[in-house]
Amino acid sequence: MTLRGLRWAIPAAVLPVLALLTYGFWTDPKEIPSPLLGRPAAAFSLATFDGGPISLEGLRGKVVMLNFWASWCVPACYDEAPAVERTWRAYKNQGVMVVGIDIQDKEEAARQFLARFGHTFPNAPDPRGRVSVDYGVYGVPETFFIDRNGRVRFKHVGALTDEIARRHLDALLKEPA
Amino acid sequence: MIPELGYAATVAGFVLALSGAVAAVVGGWTGRAEWLRTGERAAIGVWVLITVCIALMLYAFLTFDFSVRYVAINTNRGTPFYYRITALWGALEGSIVLWSWMLSIYTLIVVVQYRRRQPELYPWVLSVMLGILAFFLLVMTIPAPPFERLTPIPPDGRGLNPLLEDSGMITHPVALYLGFTGFTVPFAFAMAALIIGRTGEEWITITRRWTIIAWYFLALGLLIGGWWSYHVLGWGGYWAWDPVENAAFMPWLTATAFLHSVMVQERRRMLKLWNLSLIILTFGLTLFGTFLTRSGIIGSVHSFTQGSIGVFFLSFLSLVLLGSFSLLAWRMDRLRAESQLDSVVSRESTFLLNNLFLLAATFTVFFGTVFPLLSEAVRGVKVSVGAPFFNLVNIPVFLTLLFLMGVGPLIAWRRASAQNLKRNFLKPVLAGIVAAAVLRLFGVANVLVLAAMGLVIFVSATIVLDYARAVRARRRSGEGWSAATWGLLLRQNRRYGGFIVHLGVLVVALGVAGSQAWSVQTETTLEKGQSVELGGYRVRFDGLEASEESNHGKVTGTFSVTSGRHWDVMLHPGRKFYPQEQTPIAAVDYRLGFIEDVYLVLGDFARDGSQATIKLQVNRMVSWLWLGGFVLTIGAALAILPDHRKPA
Amino acid sequence: MRRLLEAAALTAVVLAALQGRAAVAAQVDERVVHEVAAQLRCVVCQSLSVADSPSETANQMRQIIRERLAAGESPEQVRAYFVEKYGEWILLSPPKSGFNLLVWVVPFVGLGVGLVVVVLALRRWSRKPATAASPALDPVMRERIRREMSEGDKT
Repeated sequence: MTLRGLRWAIPAAVLPVLALLTYGFWTDPKEIPSPLLGRPAAAFSLATFDGGPISLEGLRGKVVMLNFWASWCVPACYDEAPAVERTWRAYKNQGVMVVGIDIQDKEEAARQFLARFGHTFPNAPDPRGRVSVDYGVYGVPETFFIDRNGRVRFKHVGALTDEIARRHLDALLKEPA
Repeated sequence: MIPELGYAATVAGFVLALSGAVAAVVGGWTGRAEWLRTGERAAIGVWVLITVCIALMLYAFLTFDFSVRYVAINTNRGTPFYYRITALWGALEGSIVLWSWMLSIYTLIVVVQYRRRQPELYPWVLSVMLGILAFFLLVMTIPAPPFERLTPIPPDGRGLNPLLEDSGMITHPVALYLGFTGFTVPFAFAMAALIIGRTGEEWITITRRWTIIAWYFLALGLLIGGWWSYHVLGWGGYWAWDPVENAAFMPWLTATAFLHSVMVQERRRMLKLWNLSLIILTFGLTLFGTFLTRSGIIGSVHSFTQGSIGVFFLSFLSLVLLGSFSLLAWRMDRLRAESQLDSVVSRESTFLLNNLFLLAATFTVFFGTVFPLLSEAVRGVKVSVGAPFFNLVNIPVFLTLLFLMGVGPLIAWRRASAQNLKRNFLKPVLAGIVAAAVLRLFGVANVLVLAAMGLVIFVSATIVLDYARAVRARRRSGEGWSAATWGLLLRQNRRYGGFIVHLGVLVVALGVAGSQAWSVQTETTLEKGQSVELGGYRVRFDGLEASEESNHGKVTGTFSVTSGRHWDVMLHPGRKFYPQEQTPIAAVDYRLGFIEDVYLVLGDFARDGSQATIKLQVNRMVSWLWLGGFVLTIGAALAILPDHRKPA
Repeated sequence: MRRLLEAAALTAVVLAALQGRAAVAAQVDERVVHEVAAQLRCVVCQSLSVADSPSETANQMRQIIRERLAAGESPEQVRAYFVEKYGEWILLSPPKSGFNLLVWVVPFVGLGVGLVVVVLALRRWSRKPATAASPALDPVMRERIRREMSEGDKT
């Protein structure tokens, strides 16, 4: 290791840092992997906008798609809303339940959102944020796919599409109860 | 029409800057003056073109020209007049334009100042500056064009981020950018010195004032950012160790180290390699800062956007760092120290320690900022590194720096004798210990606060002692009062400017220590007419009121604040509802004081005004941060005055 | 009859005591809430703690902390609950274990290494007190010395 050659260690020392920063382009700091995958989904018991009750316990035995949204979530929740409703209509007779949970919202704005997209699946407000924290929600929209045994299997962050919903629901429906 | 004109100007600017840089290189290489003239004309042309861009953008803002996408996103018809002007730098594209404009002005100043005075360095300085300008103009042309056309033209714009509708918004980016871009000039001179092999002290002496001015504006920008955070964001704090805050703090730390270590090179012709490395590091960190803000690789409240702009900045940063450090390695032979240390107890080694601790702080901040990325790369697990980490690790470092700040200015060069040490430091050390003991007697138990206060007294005592001795000596040699006091400051303006800057740092340190240790807060829900007590103040909720402003709706609460001591004051914190924003923005109200501020944030409230949730804080010593900024201004201004000739 | 009275009184006392204990349990020290909240990261604001953030989400999270503490959970249990739901990321400072130890240790190690380097450099650059003749001064340096000496610069 010559003393003359050692000098080039100075510019070389910069390379690992640049490599780390380049790696940064492949990651999304806003996406946090969920520690809930594979674990039992947290129980909830809420009152829907229509007045009736909805709870996770009551849905045991069905595949559940739990969608967190808000009327102020522009544009993603608005982009995915038709797909969510389509998914519900396609799968409601196959033992799938779609439940929407509205977070940090005003009631009139939420009802307007529901009316605009003609949602026919149950939607409930989460007034004090208990359910959203129970599911580790850090933004909207987020969608959880829960299997028949009540375990969280997939989490999708961002606007849902028909293909993504179909893929996860088909996978869970194939599994034996 | 404006989008097309503006775009043409940016493209022309990029071409001019690039060709000017090449011309300057040829001029430097061959020594032929006409090539240099071409480069200079290019520099003038670039400045004209960027000014045209700014004029076009301002015109678009003022005439509500929503065919320009940038105008449509950042203003709407309700945006007040002055914010329509400051919206120019309110978002990504415009901030690059501002940066480029400042850089082009600095380039012109370099042309005027140095074309005759530094004929050997000048061509290379010019080419480096034009090269950097070319990069920023490239960014303006491809990934972040400010002149994109929006079709169809919307009837109204989206509007400025409401958090930016504030006086801090007018000054914070400007000060910060003046600081960042200011370091380009010493960097360019350093590169020029390396290229032509003149690695002596020249490049340092020439750029001394540039460095001080850039350092000052960076410090000012950081303080204004803290002020803006404090009075706008509604959390009652002034620094969150947010990645982008850190990115602006790091070059300031290395620039501070640089300011001190160049003094060693000027006196003793040592640390040449180190100083060159420091200025490269400082400039690199300013680029890293803009990269971090604009690339989105580390999430931050400041992050403008994601996209290809990150790739541009990282590529340029890589080019700059690898290129300049390679230049440095190539010229290593010419960077031998020309003298040696006489003693470990000397100003030279104190400055070395100063540099060590400043760089340690820089490294800590850098490592903590990128650690989440590292953790993800290695483990695939995301972690957060926040305020608790930075505070814990940096506090001992900053306390040591406070101590060194007292020792450095007075300890002797070369070798400090025991007598020199005793004469300069015995009384201040005693004063510091006594101060800490007194505070302890008054009930202050926090060890860190005691240490900080003791050190502040120690450093202040060294400054006062030195000044008093100097004044006395001049009086004894027959000078009048005015000459002995004011005259001394002017005549040795570098020294005393530095002292006053140190005093400014002390004031800020006091503010930080006091606010961290002694501020209190509480959160509670009040019925109308109900009160809460905190820190000697009673706050009573009197009612709510709704109103409509030009571009937002607002609900304001009225609170009566009584202090046992003297005054009554009404505070009106509110919540602003902007149609384009998802959640309401808090409008904080506060009552600032010399020693303490009463700070009130309105949270949830009942529609009928019967109930309100508030966060109440009594923040102590925060005003000292802003006061420190004023002292820094005086010190920096004194330090850059032209050298005074002693009257005959 | 007397026994009935005693039983009723005893029941009343026990009930009262239970009520009191419930009331005490419900009185959670705001400072503890603040302490726990200061260690958690506000999920919607990037760098602020749940204690500091004015956002609605942080508000709700503080409420949850309050309720859990009131129900008898310890601060560690409340923290563990959030980590269970969000992952390590929710802690504002990484736990001092495993890979994360690096972030706590490396800065101090770096400082230590730096100190060693500085000491070595100082030793290498130092010379014996009996010095050789100083190098010839160039005119610029000589002028500066003359100027500084005439200004009576202190050492």
